[in-house]
Amino acid sequence: MISIRNVGKWYGAFRALRGCSVEVARGEVVVVCGPSGSGKSTLIKCVNGLEPFQEGEIVVNGVSVGARGTDLPRLRAHVGMVFQHFELFPHLTVRQNLTVPQVKVLGRSPEEAWEKGRALLERVGLLAHAGKHPGRLSGGQQQRVAIARALAMDPICMLFDEPTSALDPEMINEVLDVMVGLARDGMTMVVVTHEMGFARRVAHRVVFMDEGQVVDDAATDRFFAASGSERARQFLSKILTH
Amino acid sequence: MTELDWSAIPAALPLLGRGARVTLEITGAALAGGIALGTVLAVLRVSPARPLSWLSAAYVNTFRTIPLVMVLLWFFLVVPDVLVRVFALPRSADVRFTTTVVAFVLFEAAYFAEIIRAGIQSVSRGQLSAALALGMRREQAMRLIILPQAFRNMTPLLLTQAIVLFQDTSLVFVIGLLDFFGTADAVGRRDGRQAELILFAGAIYFTVSFAASHLVKQLERRLAT
Repeated sequence: MISIRNVGKWYGAFRALRGCSVEVARGEVVVVCGPSGSGKSTLIKCVNGLEPFQEGEIVVNGVSVGARGTDLPRLRAHVGMVFQHFELFPHLTVRQNLTVPQVKVLGRSPEEAWEKGRALLERVGLLAHAGKHPGRLSGGQQQRVAIARALAMDPICMLFDEPTSALDPEMINEVLDVMVGLARDGMTMVVVTHEMGFARRVAHRVVFMDEGQVVDDAATDRFFAASGSERARQFLSKILTH
Repeated sequence: MTELDWSAIPAALPLLGRGARVTLEITGAALAGGIALGTVLAVLRVSPARPLSWLSAAYVNTFRTIPLVMVLLWFFLVVPDVLVRVFALPRSADVRFTTTVVAFVLFEAAYFAEIIRAGIQSVSRGQLSAALALGMRREQAMRLIILPQAFRNMTPLLLTQAIVLFQDTSLVFVIGLLDFFGTADAVGRRDGRQAELILFAGAIYFTVSFAASHLVKQLERRLAT
């Protein structure tokens, strides 16, 4: 489904990614973790072409992301993305946040778009808030709307870029619950997160990154069974001790 | 110094009213056209395509470094001829109004472009990323997501510039177009009461601009909360 092969990226003289390779099969849930600045967010943004990369190749559902002539908007329309800071559109209501992209990008009728949006809002437990603007919702609620907005496009896979790290602690679980539900439904997911409990529960594999490189890529139980790399173990001991 | 005599003003009111209409028409047309063209220039300016961004910057910098009165005069000398030829108008057609509006639109667009560019840049980058991630094309993301937010942020500045524009329209007197100020000046000369009429016109400009600025300030306060 997603094939990242030997990807390298520079910001000017700074080498942000080097030789990154990750394979994600259909229906697989892969958690990407690592210290801040390790390039995990950059890597996930390369997958839908939000960040350009200079080396290697990324193929999503048979389409090469970096190739000249690739219709990126068309590819992105079916690759859902959830951002750290939600990025709901503040000038639109919750309902419009869900329907406008469907209507403008997929060409659905407003009725059809709302039918879809309504079902998804119900699924994330926020149908009662459809008429509000995002600014009136809590962070956790906004992130659930953002997930619903991405799902409304009928994505073939979902990318999560630190979806809970801007949230107050008491709101993290309501978002993770939605993501666990998605994973159990068989959605292909790449999740950049430090939520190791989430990784343990639903991830098939955990990828550990450091200094722009993929250091470890292991099945979840193997990753947590401390058979991983020294650096991954150090990282885990730092974030798991408290 | 002679005493001021305001008695000429009541009789001049109908003419002044007609002049005021011309002033408002120029202001309205220049505002609409200037914001439309300014938006296009601002979008080009922030475009990742270097030549487009460069062209827009060149345009904006050119117009911002030429006095408005010269733009007006120069247009008055060149554009009527072009208009008459292109639209096959009779030689005698008065195209001064159209010429003036064109000049104002082109000039003000440079200022509006800078305001709108700042407005676009005031919208967080994540908004553009989110719009693109949903599959929107750049043009759609701008039109549906970025510009509506930019305009909301920029409304007070745009209105302030509109007040400046309202005052600047008085410069059309250099090409003999009878706007509010031009009419006041002409009537004053005719009646030998130029000082009174220009003072009166000044008082009207002051009142309108002051009231408008006050409204903008209130709007600004409301937007801030």
